[in-house]
Amino acid sequence: MAVKSNEEWLSALRGSGVEHQQAIQELGETLKRGLRYALSSYGKVRPEDIDDFAQDAVLRILDKLDTFQGRSRFTTWAHKVAVHIALSELRRRRWRDVPLLPPKELSFDQEAPVDVRDEDEGPEERAIRREMMRLVSAAIDNDLTDRQRQAMVAIVLQGMPLSEVAAHMDTNANALYKLLHDARKRLKKRLTEAGMPPEDILAAFQDA
Amino acid sequence: MLRSDSLKSLVRMVMLTRAIEIDCDDCMVLIDEYIDMELAGKDAAMAMPLVKAHLDLCPPCRREYEALLVAVQAVMD
Repeated sequence: MAVKSNEEWLSALRGSGVEHQQAIQELGETLKRGLRYALSSYGKVRPEDIDDFAQDAVLRILDKLDTFQGRSRFTTWAHKVAVHIALSELRRRRWRDVPLLPPKELSFDQEAPVDVRDEDEGPEERAIRREMMRLVSAAIDNDLTDRQRQAMVAIVLQGMPLSEVAAHMDTNANALYKLLHDARKRLKKRLTEAGMPPEDILAAFQDA
Repeated sequence: MLRSDSLKSLVRMVMLTRAIEIDCDDCMVLIDEYIDMELAGKDAAMAMPLVKAHLDLCPPCRREYEALLVAVQAVMD
């Protein structure tokens, strides 16, 4: 198959007749080929899923053709649409039945020992790590709003993707990203003011 | 309970926080340009630092970037 330029793709997809139909078919096949490789490491993806993702992507691409600004190759832009559709659906399937944990799950349990994996860690190192853990937990408890804390728990403890957390919290991903950006800035400020900047904390836990 | 692996993940996110960041939508608008720049052998991270910073902080966007890279390279071969 000859490589089409951006202009050739756009012209064929905006056109009509045989050339238009051939371009749609070629686009669909290209997207399927890309998705097979891109999703090969994701479990539970059936061939019919690939077909559905590619078909949905073609429809969305045709609908959004006028938004293509030519800053990339058309095929890269098209694959972006297909990959986004595919991974959004896979994320939704994976997380739809998983509830959010209550915010208190991220609190520091002063009775429970900090998990220690380094048998050579001395009491002083252990005390420093416990203090750092306490400081971070206190910052989360005192400096974040309830929604920020809930989102942080979902993302940090549960590993839930941001888009799924947003769906659970009846908001959208961008609004949630801004909420979390503010939360991270607050934590960074608090830790730095307390004399324990994030870099130092990470260094102390490097071997943990 | 906050354990050391969660702590490290959270503190790393805090460490990478910048005063100005782009959100997921903004990143996805630019990611195809970023990918093509990388595939052309250019320093995309330097040319588009806000995209790079977002990919460092946002695992879902990072996974889309990685999948897109595989998809584009697969049809190039």
